[in-house]
Amino acid sequence: MELFEHLSMGFGVAFTPINLLYCLVGCILGTLIGVLPGIGPVATIAMLLPATYALPPVSALIMLAGIYYGAQYGGSTTAILVNLPGESSSVVTCIDGYQMARKGRAGPALAAAGLGSFFAGCVGTLILAAFAPPLTELAFKFGPAEYFALMVLGLIGAVVLASGSLLKAIAMIVLGLLLGLVGTDVNSGVARFSFDVPELTDGIGFVVIAMGVFGYGEIISNLAQPEHEREVFTAKVSGLMPTKQDFKDMTPAVLRGTLLGSSLGILPGGGALLAAFAAYALEKKVKMKPGEVPFGQGNIRGVASPESANNAGSQTSFIPLLTLGIPPNAVMALMVGAMTIHNIQPGPQVMTSNPELFWGLIASMWIGNAMLVILNLPLIGMWIKLLTVPYRYLFPAIVLFCAIGVYSTNNNTWDVWMVGLFGIIGYAFVKLGCEPAPLLLGFILGPMMEENLRRALLLSRGDWSVFVTRPISAGLLAAAVLMLIIVLLPSVKNKREEAFVED
Amino acid sequence: MTIKSQKDFFSGLMFMGVGVAFAWGATTYNVGNGARMGPGYFPLYLGVLMAILGAAITFKALTVESAGGDKIGKWAFKPLILIIAANLVFGVCLGGLPSIGVPALGMIVGIYLLTFIASMAEAGWKVKNTFILATILAAGSYVAFVMALKLQFQVWPAFITG
Repeated sequence: MELFEHLSMGFGVAFTPINLLYCLVGCILGTLIGVLPGIGPVATIAMLLPATYALPPVSALIMLAGIYYGAQYGGSTTAILVNLPGESSSVVTCIDGYQMARKGRAGPALAAAGLGSFFAGCVGTLILAAFAPPLTELAFKFGPAEYFALMVLGLIGAVVLASGSLLKAIAMIVLGLLLGLVGTDVNSGVARFSFDVPELTDGIGFVVIAMGVFGYGEIISNLAQPEHEREVFTAKVSGLMPTKQDFKDMTPAVLRGTLLGSSLGILPGGGALLAAFAAYALEKKVKMKPGEVPFGQGNIRGVASPESANNAGSQTSFIPLLTLGIPPNAVMALMVGAMTIHNIQPGPQVMTSNPELFWGLIASMWIGNAMLVILNLPLIGMWIKLLTVPYRYLFPAIVLFCAIGVYSTNNNTWDVWMVGLFGIIGYAFVKLGCEPAPLLLGFILGPMMEENLRRALLLSRGDWSVFVTRPISAGLLAAAVLMLIIVLLPSVKNKREEAFVED
Repeated sequence: MTIKSQKDFFSGLMFMGVGVAFAWGATTYNVGNGARMGPGYFPLYLGVLMAILGAAITFKALTVESAGGDKIGKWAFKPLILIIAANLVFGVCLGGLPSIGVPALGMIVGIYLLTFIASMAEAGWKVKNTFILATILAAGSYVAFVMALKLQFQVWPAFITG
């Protein structure tokens, strides 16, 4: 079996002491930021990008990936114990998890989240390993027209499945695409929109945008709100083991969540957040057994299923990145940046040109999931202590790490001025109700889209019909149009708005 | 005519303005045609698209009713200014401002300044606690960034280390 050969090579890479260490560091950091409300994986990965310069590429990517899926584990702890989503994807976990904690069943809720996530992570990793090679084969058949169509599909997918106003989300994507074009045009050598500033001819650093908009923008809007009364169930976590009945209830829920999460993760625009919402909605539809606790009052299925789904989704969202080089969400967009920093062009060729990186990363995800169960269940007490640290002491530290991270990208103060500007812009986005994630995605895809559009039209001598006459490209565009139509149908539209109201 | 959704109205105006600016800027470059795209082609059409989207958002904000008028609310100028200022001051400490002769004061001084300026953004800050926090952060950053990761920083003031 080729799959096992590949995986054993991957484990060979992942089990070296240095990679194990960075995997552990990534998982710890991920859990940490997952537990702490107010800072997410996007800002953290952006902060740490410069710090990975000195590392070998495999270790760097292993660590950054660990932050992403580690945050999914950590987020559930805060959701269950404090009723605050530590991570946006654990919004739905709050509903039943917190109720369980109030009834003195915080332990089983944490265990259900942890074990469910572990199972889902294992399945997600296997799916990633199994699906990547055939998809990569397909990707080699892609020409510029197909790539362009795929990016359109990805961007449409990202807005359709995201929360908030559709029009605004599309406008944010376009703004991202435009910002991505700032700098020297690779074909003509013209410095576009650089206002004769030498630093701008290299383009705007995406660390600057990610950090300004996600880091500073969020901190400022958090500070503008009065501090919430936090009720932390610190003393009540005793007896982690769920009862026999709990296991009986949660097993099918975990299976359903994993399945749903894995398939939604692969979709462009999908990932952890959407998976968790969909899984909770599905669980509510499944018939209740007699004597079961209703949803919203501490049903263990309402914790197990979305937690499995968000973890499965975060694993499988690596599939489009690793096989096609197209990031399906904002975190993956940062991973593209991480790969380019290390001179790896994301895309189908990664698997053949850097097999140890490709399989090592996949294998490390399984190891990381195992580490996370240990980090999150027996060591839960440590994370609970962290929850009692007031935001007052946290945010100056976050500001500092952002500033250090930005400066060290280029050892240049220009980036520090720019991040200040984007911090103001980021706060303006918050005030105007504009979701910033699509902007980052557009920013990464901007230059790629222009290049593929240019090539496709050059080959067709300016004939736009090339996008609909080539079957794969036509199919992808049709899928994008279909997605838009479905979302605009009145019945779906109302449902969509309803689903995100809890946000 | 009343504004039904303040947030949408102003974000629509923003998108229109930025879209027009990009499209106008793009026309100063060679636009070309589909088969031979110039550097201005893609940004021009994206700018136009964004201006149209912005107009649609603004139009919707004037016609479609929304709950409570979707008010933008007060701008939190204090945290905004202080957080951004903390960041800028830290940048000056690391790199100095050679154009007006401000020397680089280094990372350690920068961390103390940043922590104090940022902490002021929060109502209940105390000098003693902030000082302790800054000291912890300075020591931690020295170990993590200078000793472990070996990032190239001006650590101490330039006029001391030279």
